[in-house]
Amino acid sequence: MSVRTDRQVVDGLLPSPVPVRFVAEDGTAVEPPTGYPAPGDGQLLEAYRRMVLGRRFDRQATALTKQGRLAVYPSSRGQEACQIAGVLALREDDWLFPTYRDSVALVSRGIDPVEVLTLLRGDWHCGYDPAATRVAPQCTPLATQTIHAVGLAEALRRKGEDGVVMAFIGDGGTSEGDFHEALNYAAVLHAPVVFFVQNNKYAISVPLARQTAAPALAYKGIGYGIRSEQVDGNDLVATLSVLTTAVEHARAGEGPFLVEAHTYRMDAHTNADDATRYREPEEVERWESADPLARLETHLRDRGLLDAEGIASAHEAAEEFASRLRDAMNAEPETDPYELFDHVFADPTPQLREQRALLASELTAPED
Amino acid sequence: MTAMTMAQALNTALRDALREDERVLVFGEDVGPLGGVFRITDGLTTEFGENRCFDTPLAEAGIVGLAVGMAMGGFRPVVEMQFDAFAYPAFEQIASHVAKMRNRTRGRLSLPMVIRIPYAGGIGGVEHHCDSSEAYYVHTPGLKVVTPATPDDAYWLLRDAITDPDPVIFMEPKRLYWSKDETAPGDRRAAGFGRAAVRREGLDATLVTYGPGVPVALQAAEAAAGDGIDLEVVDLRTLVPFDDETVVSSVRKTGRCVVVQEAQGFAGVGAEIAARVQERCFHSLAAPVLRVTGFDIPYPPPKLERSHLPDADRILDAVDRLQFDDAPDVLHLAREAS
Repeated sequence: MSVRTDRQVVDGLLPSPVPVRFVAEDGTAVEPPTGYPAPGDGQLLEAYRRMVLGRRFDRQATALTKQGRLAVYPSSRGQEACQIAGVLALREDDWLFPTYRDSVALVSRGIDPVEVLTLLRGDWHCGYDPAATRVAPQCTPLATQTIHAVGLAEALRRKGEDGVVMAFIGDGGTSEGDFHEALNYAAVLHAPVVFFVQNNKYAISVPLARQTAAPALAYKGIGYGIRSEQVDGNDLVATLSVLTTAVEHARAGEGPFLVEAHTYRMDAHTNADDATRYREPEEVERWESADPLARLETHLRDRGLLDAEGIASAHEAAEEFASRLRDAMNAEPETDPYELFDHVFADPTPQLREQRALLASELTAPED
Repeated sequence: MTAMTMAQALNTALRDALREDERVLVFGEDVGPLGGVFRITDGLTTEFGENRCFDTPLAEAGIVGLAVGMAMGGFRPVVEMQFDAFAYPAFEQIASHVAKMRNRTRGRLSLPMVIRIPYAGGIGGVEHHCDSSEAYYVHTPGLKVVTPATPDDAYWLLRDAITDPDPVIFMEPKRLYWSKDETAPGDRRAAGFGRAAVRREGLDATLVTYGPGVPVALQAAEAAAGDGIDLEVVDLRTLVPFDDETVVSSVRKTGRCVVVQEAQGFAGVGAEIAARVQERCFHSLAAPVLRVTGFDIPYPPPKLERSHLPDADRILDAVDRLQFDDAPDVLHLAREAS
């Protein structure tokens, strides 16, 4: 018996050899790629406003760590095109499974920023309602959320809903076993899920070259039979176009999709990290010139879609947002020690009731 | 009603749950047309279709992670880990997500799901097929951990586990799969979820045990009765929630306690039980609380497992060390006098 792999099938799954791009680093339009429709002008303007706000939020959150209002904050500065495109590609009733670095996406999704920052502020773990927002808790273990995303996508499919699930993951996370199990399960189940890899070139300190020998992370899809694409993740137009295509592919029942976005983490891993120990300032400077927000701004101005007034109004809205966030975060969070026992089980066990009573005796004991 | 093995009782419980609630799904490795390596899911795909009972790719973290997502999406997955030690790849999913989702989200997301794990030895299995892994799960807050010792309990505990609002690790003592009750599970007579059962009443000492330890403890109690020692046997049934009340009331009555577990002893479930008993029954105890366990070794090869597994003799040796001569038991003496 002979075995032969259909070349057409393979080619249909493989990513473009170079990342898909609509706009060059200097903001000028390039020859548009085939197969990916350009997003509408209104959507691009909306993306611009959200990117300005997202970057302002990110800067404010980093500032809050310096004031001791946040325990830690992993910045996504430089990744705003990915953060915003991921959200804009989804409908409100679609689901998003974020990592800890995706706070900007959550804010853009409309979640109260204080609830987004609850985890990092330390008053609880997940601060928002995942069922109401259709956003899973931000995941700090790597890649474990990707398989949950497959399960939820499969649940939606079984219930006859046409919702899509998008799982965010970083370049480091693609080395984890759960990522590979998730790709395989998604493909076998034909689940409506999009895996969105933000390749920001570093897993804390470890560069991509030590993470993988693959030609690009997007090629990891082919072994599982998943259609994949790579995109310039600092080109909002391209990222939004490719992600929208991926989401519609999944929604149409054509199975999962893997998108790798090439981007760069401009800041250290978190405020507690020192990136100068593992990368050269020249490298960071080179990426400054590829800044996604400046690129989109130039592009929209050149096309006459954005003027000084529009830019000023976007920044004004972002400042107002940051100011409200500052005020909200300056208030002391209300925490309740007894709540520690409330959510372990639907009903606390007798042992947890005893331990709650013990804590009560400690909390109500007179001071020595 | 005809006799039913534990394997049949579990199969019947899955069948009834699938029939009664369309949100219930069964999946795992080889659980479809084959019916599972222990045949616990036998016939379910035929009766309910591939949509309700299906084979997954061979990846345990994937199975459990998929169940997490499906439970978030409104289903009630009942997944099978093929063997105790093959569940370890799923441990991160279980400890970091299954156990914590309700707590992480302040109760906004719950994960009503069951992870069935055939566990422990005594069937001549080769390495990685006979681990007693219950302590890992019991030590993880947010998981309920259940282990039946009779077909009737297997049926009702599994039904309760499937309707429970919290995730349940359902540990099936594989050497009891072929044990029989005299009647099939019928009208509910099993104790409620979270309650232990007194399998044999006695006055002289309490054997506290669970899962594969229960028949061994009962065998020891029968032998001890021949020597005039009347042992009570408590079957915990659910390790989490733990039924302090039943254990404490038994030990306060008998004044002596031996904890029996098949698992290796160090830092095991038995250590927790011994500590709880001495904390709560100190003034009722006439002898130290003793433990009878497997040895602190990796599970032995089949030809040597008999040397490892606690048997009735090992339990009786422990009972002999309960200082009946040093501190005569009043109840025991009174009964002998009458």
